[in-house]
Order: sequence, then C-alpha cells, then structure tokens
Amino acid sequence: MSDRTGVVYAYDGSFEGLMCCVFESYEQKEIPNDIQPAGLHQSQQSLFVTEKWIETDKPKADRVFNSIPMKISTQAQELVQLGFLTCAPHKELLIYRFLRLGFRHGSKVMAMLTDDIVNSLQKAVRHLTSESHKFKGFVRFSVYGEVLVAVIEPKNFVLPLLSPHFCDRFHNEAFMIYDKTHSVALIYRSPKAELVFVDQLTLPEVEGTEVEYRRLWKQFYRTIAVAGRNNPRCRMTLMPKRYWGQMTEFDETEGQEISKDSTQWRVAETATEKLQNSIESSDSPFRYSKS
Amino acid sequence: MSDSAKYDVACTSSGVDRGGKLGTIGSAAKAGICHSFSADGRCISLLKVLMTNVCIFDCKYCVNRVSNDPVRVAFTPTELAELTINFYRRNYIEGLFLSSGVIKSPNHTTEQMIKALDLLRNVYHFGGYIHVKAIPGADSELITRLGVLADRMSINIELPSQESLRLLAPDKTKESILRPMGLISTKIQENSTDLVKYRHASKFVPAGQSTQLIVGATPDTDHKILTLTEGLYRKYHLKRVFFSAYMPVAEHSLLPSVDIRPPLLREHRLYQADWLLRFYGFEAKELLDEQNPNFNLQVDPKCNWALNHLEKFPLEVNKTPYEMLLRVPGIGVTSALRILTARRNGLLDFSGLKKIGVVLKRAQYFITCQGKMMEGLRISSDGAIRALMADQYKLPAPYSEQLSLFTEPFLTREDVQQCLTGQV
Repeated sequence: MSDRTGVVYAYDGSFEGLMCCVFESYEQKEIPNDIQPAGLHQSQQSLFVTEKWIETDKPKADRVFNSIPMKISTQAQELVQLGFLTCAPHKELLIYRFLRLGFRHGSKVMAMLTDDIVNSLQKAVRHLTSESHKFKGFVRFSVYGEVLVAVIEPKNFVLPLLSPHFCDRFHNEAFMIYDKTHSVALIYRSPKAELVFVDQLTLPEVEGTEVEYRRLWKQFYRTIAVAGRNNPRCRMTLMPKRYWGQMTEFDETEGQEISKDSTQWRVAETATEKLQNSIESSDSPFRYSKS
Repeated sequence: MSDSAKYDVACTSSGVDRGGKLGTIGSAAKAGICHSFSADGRCISLLKVLMTNVCIFDCKYCVNRVSNDPVRVAFTPTELAELTINFYRRNYIEGLFLSSGVIKSPNHTTEQMIKALDLLRNVYHFGGYIHVKAIPGADSELITRLGVLADRMSINIELPSQESLRLLAPDKTKESILRPMGLISTKIQENSTDLVKYRHASKFVPAGQSTQLIVGATPDTDHKILTLTEGLYRKYHLKRVFFSAYMPVAEHSLLPSVDIRPPLLREHRLYQADWLLRFYGFEAKELLDEQNPNFNLQVDPKCNWALNHLEKFPLEVNKTPYEMLLRVPGIGVTSALRILTARRNGLLDFSGLKKIGVVLKRAQYFITCQGKMMEGLRISSDGAIRALMADQYKLPAPYSEQLSLFTEPFLTREDVQQCLTGQV
C-alpha cells in the first residue's frame, strides 16, 4: 500500500462520512495524513497538503460498518461508535488507525492494551463514558409548566448516552436537555426522543414553586455538609468546577432568574433541522450527522 | 431536618437495577449515581432526612437524644412525599434516605415510616431508590413490611462493643440491633428462593442491608472494628459497613472532649481495609492482630501488608495469578484485570504497565517484568520503603512531625520497618 504523503481527507462530519473515508483509503490504497470534518480544513490548509473531499455514500459506509463485527468484533464496533462521540483531538484519525490495526489483527486488537492507538482510543472512550455517568447525576432540571428543561456544557457529546437513562427514568415526563457545547438538544416526549440542532436557547422566568424548590435544595445542600470534615479538594476532584455553572446548588442569583425578553421559552428559529436518525431507545443512538 | 441526619454516612444508591415503568416515575441503577458532592467531599445521592427528630432514646453521642434540647419537629407523610418527588423530578436526587428519631415507641415510629413509604410508592408511584433505617426494637412483622417498600435497609450498630453500648446508648442492646439484622438477612435469603419459585414475589430489600460504626468515640481498636466488620459481611451478608469518624456534637463525661479533631485518617484507613476485605481477597487477621491492633497511619493497609511480607516479592507480572496481582501495591482490581487481558497478547514491560494504568511509583518495588526490575531502581528494600514514605508530605499537620525521622540519612531496614508497623 503506497503512502502518498500529504493526503488529507475532508468529510461531512457524519459517522457515515468517516466510514466512507475508511472505504476510500482501502479502495485507493492510500493512507491519509489526517481526516477532518468540513469547515475545519480551510483554515489549516498548507502548501504541501493535497486535500481530498470524500462524499458520504450510505451503502459504502454500511459495508465498512458491517464488516467491523465480522472481521474484528462487536466490541470493536461499539468502541468505534463511542469513539466518534468523544472530544479527542483528531478522533477521526484515531478511529481510522484503530480500524486499520483491527482489520490486520482481528479480534485480538481489543486485547492490545499497550498499543498506543488502542490505548488512546480506549482512554478517550473512558473519558466519554465517565463524563456521561457524571451527568446522569449533575443534570439539573427546571420545571416550566409541564416541561422539564436542563442545560449542560459537556466536553464530549454525551447526549446519545444520557438519552436511554433519562427516557427510562422520566418515562411520563416531557423534557429537554440542551447541550450548549455542541448546540444540540435532546427532546423527549413519550414515547419519542430526538436530537435537534438548537443554536440558542432563551428560557423564561421560572415560577414561584420552582424558585421555592431551588431554595430548599440549596438549603439542603448547605446543611448536609459536616463543617468539621470540610474538604474542598476532595469535592473538587469528584466534581470539578466546570460542572458547577449549570448546577442549582451553585447558583448565586437567589430567586431572580434571568430572562431578557420573552415570557415564553422558545427554541431559536434556526433550530428546525432534525438530526438524521432520531434516537428511539434501542435504535443505534450513535449515528447522527452534523450539517 | 437533614441537619440531624447528616451524621449518617451511608449515602449510596447502588445495588439494584430497575427500569422505569409506564405510569411511574423513577428507576434505579446498579452502579449508583452521585448527584452532587457537598463541601466535605461526600457524595449526595439521596435526600437524607429524619421523619422526626423527637426521640425517647438517650444515646450520649447523638444531637437528638432526649436529654438534649433542640427544636422538635416532624414531617407529615404527604410533605415528605411531595418533597421527594419534586427533588427527584429536577434530578437533584437519586432517591430517599429515611431515618427517624424514636417517637413514642419503636413500633409506632416504624408504623409512621411505613405510612410515608407506602404513600410514596403506591400513591405517587415512585420507583426511585429508597434507603430506610430500621428502628432497633421494632417488631419483626413491621420490619418485614418496611423491607418490602425499601431498596436497602440499615441498622446502625454505631458502637463496636457491648460495653460501649451499655455506657453510651443505654436504650439499645446488642440484641435489639442484631436481632433485626438477622431477621433482614434471613428474609433476603427466603425472598431470593421465593423469587425463583414465583416470578412476581415482591422483592424484599433488593439492595441488601448495611450498617454504620462510629470510630473514635470509644477505646475500641481497629482490630476489633475490622474483625466485627468481617463477621458482619460473613454472618449477616451485609452489603456495606460504613465507618464514621466521631464528630463531637455532645458534651459528656464518657465521651472524648468536644474540641478533639475527628479521626479522619483512621476512618480512611478502615475504609481502605474494608475494600481489601471485599474486593482484594484479604482477611482481617492478615491485616491486623493482637500485637498490632491499630492501623499504621503512615502507609495504607495494603502497602503495610506488602512491607511485612517482603519475602513474597518481587512478583513476575507476566506470570503471577490474579489473586496475587491484587496484593501488589499500585495494582487495583481494574489494572489487574487489564494485565490479564494484555498478557494474552504478549509479554508486558514497564512502559506497557504504565499505559494500562498501574501506579508504577508504588508497584515498581514489588514487581519484575520479564525477570527484570525497573531500570534505574535501587533494588534494596530500604529504598522501597523510603520512597513509599516520601508520600508523607500529604499527611495533615499532626502526623508530619514524624517526617523528621526519615530525613536522617542512615536508617537500617529494621528501624524503618519498626516505624511502619508501629512497634517503636
């Protein structure tokens, strides 16, 4: 296989697109230097790089995706899916290299824990899953009429992992979790959950009962700590400060919640486009595409 | 109300997996979920409250004892259910932790608690986690009814010996604590056979039972506490034993004075040992004995064990069975399992171990890779001990004086070991 130096793949940012990059690489017998989602490549273009746009083609993507459990293992397939949701830098290249390794060594690749590629990918996925586990606890809903709304700012794209948990727990509720980092909202109304792009979210003022429960919770939070055992460092390790921003117990603005204009909460007008595959419980929650 | 309940340390929401159901709210996750962490670094996962802080008992160490004079209040079952549901909907909590002072009689109190839980489970259809305290001295029949409504039940032993109980908690006896504990344990076992027979048999405390021991209120030694703990795991099949460093909240001639600092490090060592019992295959008698009845505050119990058994080391990482890998300081359950996986693929070296997550800083003195010690390592065991002792700067103030011992350049191995095992 010739290594044509300087080839950089650009793709549409979807999981299928990435699978097509893998397909292209094997078909053309070339090894890309990097794989970048659309939008990113222009800024980083350099003189010696040949950029190649890879068109997303569902049948090709499926061929690659379905070959993973056959040639490597189902665990590897899951790792790749999860890897795509992580915030690892150059995650595409990492996944690509992992797949190359996997297609060569077969199922053994999952036990190659000391290999740098396997190790990095597994580490990135652990970061994702541990962050998503933390958010199962740290998500704070506010009640607006009949609807529960929460805002989170995760590093990894955790919504697909949170979805089954919260849909199961709040079976009969209608709720929305808005991921500010990725501008995506998980919207659930029994029995359907979907991921929707949302550019901006303005929340209205909260009602009296909501303010009251927030106050009670803050009071409980303060009371439960035993002063003689004060240990801020331990708390910081278990719950780093980056989570605090959206948590009720650290909200200083007692009672006067923020709202600039409207009395109705609305999703910005641009938020019309739904993500390709909405996440209906058992249906693979990992496939989504970004425009 | 949680002000009085906060001295209860148990706050886990683990042990059951239950999916949500149509028409109900809530589920439970096997691994447990922490919803927040308080300023003292402890996990907040359950709404921890007392039904009431009225209490007819007179336990000397407790804020709510009858001879003390706080404002006495109580929740109605409806208030409690409303609060729980509303916190739960906002994802503040994983469930409820209900305890209570003893009002009128143990039976009356238990009935009140049953009423509250029944309302929550059957009227509000709450499917989240419920941890309930059994009241010492309540009737078996009532405890059984309470157990069907809860996920976990616990009875606090608090004081590790009969004498201490008699002195400090005159209304409780060993019998009144251990009888319900035994009852719960038998019920859980009966229930598991019932469940095999009838799929719809209602589950009795599916997440098992736990208890709590106070550390430092009485002269009981670590050895005594740990042996008791081991016994509780074996005999009563407890899921967890919690330790609570004694926080002086009450002045009494029989108790340590109010201004002593809670023995937090001792509590920490007990928890480390507890983990060794439950996940690492250690036995209490391996860690402590009559001659060394207390834990070494300088090194953790596992390190301490390894230093006392240097003849068993170093171990060859590529051959050692799982049970022995677990005994190497710096290798935990996760990394031991990863070593087993990675070994299938070829020989491991030190850089590989590092990637896997082994803490080489500790482990390097106790292992070899392909027959070799780590490069640049001074092989003497004194070196090992001294390097491990180098972590001491992390210790809080009262222990740091002992550092000066080790700044002297020439120490024999015996000297150091004596210090470590506390035989000075």
